[in-house]
Amino acid sequence: MQISPALRRTAAAAALVLALPAFAAVLKTDPAKSSVSAVFKQMNVPVEAKFKKFNAQIDYDAAKPETAKASLDLDIPSFDLGDAEYNKEVQKKEWFNGAQFPKASFVSTAIKPGAAGKLDVTGKLTIKGKTADVAFPLTVKKEGAAQVFEGALPIKRLAFNVGEGEWKDTSMVADEVVIKFRVVAAQ
Amino acid sequence: MPRYTIPAIVLHWLIGLLIIGAFALGITMVDIPGITPTKLKYFSWHKWIGITVLGLACLRLLWRLGNRAPSYPASMAAWQQSAAHGLHGLLYILMFAIPASGYFYSLAAGVPVVYLGVVPMPALIGPDPELKPLLKSVHYWLNMTLLALFVLHVAAALKHQFIDRDGVLKRMLP
Repeated sequence: MQISPALRRTAAAAALVLALPAFAAVLKTDPAKSSVSAVFKQMNVPVEAKFKKFNAQIDYDAAKPETAKASLDLDIPSFDLGDAEYNKEVQKKEWFNGAQFPKASFVSTAIKPGAAGKLDVTGKLTIKGKTADVAFPLTVKKEGAAQVFEGALPIKRLAFNVGEGEWKDTSMVADEVVIKFRVVAAQ
Repeated sequence: MPRYTIPAIVLHWLIGLLIIGAFALGITMVDIPGITPTKLKYFSWHKWIGITVLGLACLRLLWRLGNRAPSYPASMAAWQQSAAHGLHGLLYILMFAIPASGYFYSLAAGVPVVYLGVVPMPALIGPDPELKPLLKSVHYWLNMTLLALFVLHVAAALKHQFIDRDGVLKRMLP
């Protein structure tokens, strides 16, 4: 039996398309619509500060969520409290020590379907050179043509030495800080 | 000579002391370089005092609307009576405008106010980097205006007491 070149091309294309999902699940994120911020409490006053630069990588296929992988790199010097003087201050040694540790990162170790349609994500979070295991629920939803990944991860800042010396006093700045993120990706 | 009512006298002195405290704290805290726990503490206290002044000012205005202020002595010139009314009117306006401008400045800076560290106050506006420097200078210049008017207010009271000796100050003394 003779296979026409056209048919062969079609078959090859079909094979490629079938094979694609395994490789093409790394989503193209939209940095302009995505955001990562930290909410901390100073004398019970919630203050939200944004990471202006970050890089989120999400490898996600809705049909196989358990194969998903996610990682996030945060640019520490881009941490913005909305005030130039404060921004300079938090880069100092006792806070982020941005000169020595300019990157914070999160790398997922496991993603499993969890309660209420959410995904349970576990992974390793590194801030100021310290790594800790963290777990948080991740919400995945569709907004128009985009996929949106949202979540909040409460951490203890002192576990990462963020706030040394007199700033260890948690009555001024609470130990718990919530990292909030919203990553928008094209389908 | 008729005196102010007791609630009016209490509110006058209480608000006066709180304003002096908030003013001193404000001048002190903005001079602390960088950020220190003390500085953050002073900012919070300053805001709490401001909210307290605003609340008491509302009570005071209500009381003032329902109760007449004692009249001035007949010996006081008409222009002086008008000047006194005008000055008191301006002080009333600043009593509201200064805490309000500080409140909105804090909100524009992205720092909501939690009264006494317990009661979250409404975030009437969100963080606004453009409004922030504007509200900062409004808050500052309203305070400088208050300082000037305060000096006039005290000078006038002392003049009535020690030069005119007409008992005007006694109407407000505790």
